Amino acid sequence: MVPVDYYIALSALLFVLGALGVLIRRNPLIVFMSVELMLNAANLAFVAFSSVFKTFNGQIFVFFVIAVAAAEVAVGLALIVEIFKSRKNINIDELNSLKG
Amino acid sequence: MTSDLIVFLVLSLIAIASALGMLFSKNAVYSALFLVLNFITVAVFYLLLGAPFIAMAQITVYAGAVMVLFLFVIMLLGAESLAPSQALPWQKPLAFTLALVLVVEAVYIILSRAQLTAAVASPDASLNSMDSLREMAMMLFNNYLLPFEVTSILLLVAMVGAIVLAKQEKVGLK
Repeated sequence: MVPVDYYIALSALLFVLGALGVLIRRNPLIVFMSVELMLNAANLAFVAFSSVFKTFNGQIFVFFVIAVAAAEVAVGLALIVEIFKSRKNINIDELNSLKG
Repeated sequence: MTSDLIVFLVLSLIAIASALGMLFSKNAVYSALFLVLNFITVAVFYLLLGAPFIAMAQITVYAGAVMVLFLFVIMLLGAESLAPSQALPWQKPLAFTLALVLVVEAVYIILSRAQLTAAVASPDASLNSMDSLREMAMMLFNNYLLPFEVTSILLLVAMVGAIVLAKQEKVGLK
């Protein structure tokens, strides 16, 4: 039997690692991956609580989060490809104006 | 120490190590592969928690579809490694400090009240998977029918959006 607190602590650790990735990396693709990592940490907390309270609500939320993350990745990667086509560069320190 | 706890500790070490590898590897392809490893360990956690359907969805959608899309884009753009820029030199130490503060705070708060909450049910108690799957499907298509439909519209909109964004514009055609 693993206490649920361990799962929540692990989820917090993974979330912080994801947030750190968003802050320190300059490659937008890796920033995106860090966002996915944070979503996964939240999902892990959802499933852990759903298992403790013996209900499926948490798992259904995770299902929706996975669907939304897939949609987000599709649109986000299309945006990155488009930015690369117009700027020839995707370093986010240099992408500081909205005007194409 | 029970076997559950040992499995949990080993898997969480792998999960944290692969997250760190994702953060600090120089090549974006290695980052993506480390993230796949992380997703798979999280899927095993879902199995341990008695959520087999979510574990399979995690592997097919995240480790399969999403990461293949990532690898395609990384290789398409040739963005394996970008030149480091020095636009905000103070940002890195500040980010590390803040992350350390956040993690200490979170783990302290969670583990300091550890005795209050229940233990996770061991998987064999809740893993007679067809029953749990049927119950989850009943809940999804009864209580959560409207969110389900909204999600399908969201996926349609995202698909159309991605196609419109990635479409080649015809230059010179009026």
